Amino acid sequence: MSTTFPRLMLEHATARPQAPALREKEYGIWQTVTWSQLATLVRELAGGLHQAGLQRGQHVVVVGENRPRLYASMLAAQSIGAVPVPLYQDAVAAEYVFPLNNAEVGFAIVEDQEQVDKLLELRDECPRLERLWYDDPRGLRSYKEAGLESLDQLVERGRAFVAGNPRWFDEQVAAAQPQDVAALFFTSGTTGHPKGVVHSHFTLIDRARAGASFDRLSAAEEVLAYLPPAWIGQNIFSYAQWLACGYVVNCPESADTVTIDMKEIGPSYYFAPPRVFEGLLTSVMIRMEDAGALKRWMFKRFMDVARRVGPARMDGRPLALIDRLRYALGDVLVYGPLRNTLGMSRVRVAYTAGEAIGPDLFVFYRSIGINLKQLYGSTETAVFVCLQPDNAVRSDTVGVPIEGVEVRVTDTGEIHVRSPGLLKGYYKNPQATAEVLTADGWYRTGDAGFLDASGHLKIIDRAKDVGRLAGGDNDGAMFAPKYVENKLKFFPFIKEAVAFGDKREKVCAFVNIDFEAVGNWAERRNLPYAGYADLAAKPQVLELVRECVEKVNADLAEDERLAGSQVSRFLVLHKELDADDGELTRTRKVRRGAIAEKYAALVDALYAGRTSQHIETQVRFEDGRTGTVSADLAIIDAKIFAPVRRAA
Amino acid sequence: MNTVVAKTLEAPPAGFAAPDAAVDEARAEHARRTGDVVLDIRNISLAFGGVKALTNISFDVREHEIRAIIGPNGAGKSSMLNCINGVYQPQEGSITFRGKTFRHMNSRQVAEMGVARTFQNLALFKGMSVLDNIMTGRNLRMNCNLLLQALRIGPAAREEIRNREFVERIIDFLEIQAHRKTPVGRLPYGLQKRVDLGRALAMEPKVLLLDEPMAGMNVEEKQDMCRFILDVNEEFGTTIVLIEHDMGVVMDISDRVVVLDYGKKIGDGTPDEVRSNPEVIKAYLGTSH
Repeated sequence: MSTTFPRLMLEHATARPQAPALREKEYGIWQTVTWSQLATLVRELAGGLHQAGLQRGQHVVVVGENRPRLYASMLAAQSIGAVPVPLYQDAVAAEYVFPLNNAEVGFAIVEDQEQVDKLLELRDECPRLERLWYDDPRGLRSYKEAGLESLDQLVERGRAFVAGNPRWFDEQVAAAQPQDVAALFFTSGTTGHPKGVVHSHFTLIDRARAGASFDRLSAAEEVLAYLPPAWIGQNIFSYAQWLACGYVVNCPESADTVTIDMKEIGPSYYFAPPRVFEGLLTSVMIRMEDAGALKRWMFKRFMDVARRVGPARMDGRPLALIDRLRYALGDVLVYGPLRNTLGMSRVRVAYTAGEAIGPDLFVFYRSIGINLKQLYGSTETAVFVCLQPDNAVRSDTVGVPIEGVEVRVTDTGEIHVRSPGLLKGYYKNPQATAEVLTADGWYRTGDAGFLDASGHLKIIDRAKDVGRLAGGDNDGAMFAPKYVENKLKFFPFIKEAVAFGDKREKVCAFVNIDFEAVGNWAERRNLPYAGYADLAAKPQVLELVRECVEKVNADLAEDERLAGSQVSRFLVLHKELDADDGELTRTRKVRRGAIAEKYAALVDALYAGRTSQHIETQVRFEDGRTGTVSADLAIIDAKIFAPVRRAA
Repeated sequence: MNTVVAKTLEAPPAGFAAPDAAVDEARAEHARRTGDVVLDIRNISLAFGGVKALTNISFDVREHEIRAIIGPNGAGKSSMLNCINGVYQPQEGSITFRGKTFRHMNSRQVAEMGVARTFQNLALFKGMSVLDNIMTGRNLRMNCNLLLQALRIGPAAREEIRNREFVERIIDFLEIQAHRKTPVGRLPYGLQKRVDLGRALAMEPKVLLLDEPMAGMNVEEKQDMCRFILDVNEEFGTTIVLIEHDMGVVMDISDRVVVLDYGKKIGDGTPDEVRSNPEVIKAYLGTSH
């Protein structure tokens, strides 16, 4: 039963050579690559890499968007026992230095000129990096760097090599064992250097198969691959499960065309972090506000029906006849067309993971008939730990442990996991490995949570982030920052939020407005603005955000345990939090500590009771230059509600 | 160059292999052979009644170079371009294009010789999609008659596919795939300018005239446009004549610069020579008397 990725690929190529393996939209047309074409390409690439001197066990960096030839490169490296290391394509060059040196990388395969430039820039810092291949030759014609070549040249040399050694490739594939290292994933990490998570063919394939059997995935699924391939989530869904199930992975034309491409493909299996679902919903809401009166009325009316009836219907609970009729009418008039616009008409199983999803956002998708579920996992666990079964989906849990997984909760509330898919360790970092893996094989997740009565796992926050208020009216009350931030972020006008409150007497927050949504809102009110900073400082916008904050406070007051977490003061930041400035991780999680440090003056002002504060910040532009922006930010007080005390 | 392009377009797209690799090589080879004068402008004078727009202007453009015409407002830059383009007929002087000298030419003849242009104030069809707008640039490459085109039969259908494929390459090149089907009027200004460039490129021009390609753009859009102009020059080997009054941009990307002021040529040379030319400094900064 144990196998490796290249063996899986060869099995598909033998069993169904003409079936599509990958599609890529290019020049306006979906171009198909069959399994047999893929196998030929991988064979030739492997020959080329072997000739270039790539040895068993060495690392090959792969940087780029989801491109068929980059996927083939990963397979080619694995075929000869080398280890692909996918890195985030939107990272700045400096972020590659550590992974390149840590993994002693001598070979890199990248997408285009942008990535070539970044890696060439690092040649002094990463002297081991000798050979560099690129997929897209545009703009690279005049480059005369030593060791720089196009993938076409690599394929050509490989073709000549395998022609002369017809049995070589199959011998190589047969020599690779399931326990061999298959890939190295660098976690973005909120502090310090990234850590390289080592996974074997066995761990990845085991989890990929467990997830596939849980949802009965088949070779008939269609998947759209548009998230960074360096993220294990994308890698599992469009690489490990792709090879395990043999379904079709579709690569969009460009990052800007994802919504169009998704509508054309109509994926049946879909995976995205909450922010993507949030972004989609925001764009729908904006378009609805611009729609005609009749459409708006219809949308509002049937969304009310959907909210009431949809979730129950999705869970397979019995419905009153009148509700069934109402929902059916809504499906024809609103939900069906809406699903089509979102590109989710054919979605059979959709997952969200990466971080907690707002309950309202989650229910929205389920209410319009999309089988959105949550799963729980991380890079270290090869994703699949807990999944929500169909018909047992709740917005506040992440599902039940699946086949092969054991879960336990420690006395401190931290969740521990044991499964066949656990990492082999962190690369060249035994200390960090010892910190997360216990002697008897449990992995410490660092998440706080518990298993509820029905066996579903509920996550509250990162164990280290859950804090307590100190002093003031709510002394000792629990403070779960992410819980508060997620509630704020559900409003389409709020893009990011950062809540502070641990060891303080009250909760205060930074808010980032959503430029598109608030810009649109301002335009409809004839409110002129010059740019992001200007818009964020408009009194009307501050008032808008205050309303959102107060709604969240009213909501928090409903739950006695969380009433103390109400946001008493907030400010709207003058710039968008950005991964390039070290404020977000590459997967767009807020780095609360880094932000608190960088904007210490603002945090002090919030707690010192000041009404405005001047701030100057360094920003990094996309081309790597830096500059400063400064602004005077107003600090706003929000209304606090008395906790609702329910009779027992 | 045309024949090379046509050949690969007819070949079926070959799965994985970058289909235009061979063309790219040919074009790169082409781009390396620079130097011959393709456009020679001799003693051009143009007047509208008593107003002298251009007086005795001479300069040349070499193959594959980026040649800029700069000058303050009203210096006669656009008039110069319109003369080259055949829109205006200069009263005096001659224009030699690839060894052929002309006194009078209309815009269609100029277009047929391989000169394309973009417009300062955009002349796109606002209600038509990006794709259709660029497709209009293929007009000269379509040989079928109106009836065949209307019925889309036989040769007309094949021709349409061939041209569509070419247009798709331009869309890919200019990175406007996401707007393929969007009506041009709904696009932001910077993107409309890119579509305008795309339509000019659809003609497979040997010489491309750009009338203030950066006018009205923000810094980021200007940088994008600069990159596209450089890429066009490098990838297709197209000779580029561009008008700008933003000195900074021009100096960065041009090989040689002509400076006009009040219809007269006051400078000609590399960006560095022009920058240190006292006449040019005077025209741009003014002098104290």
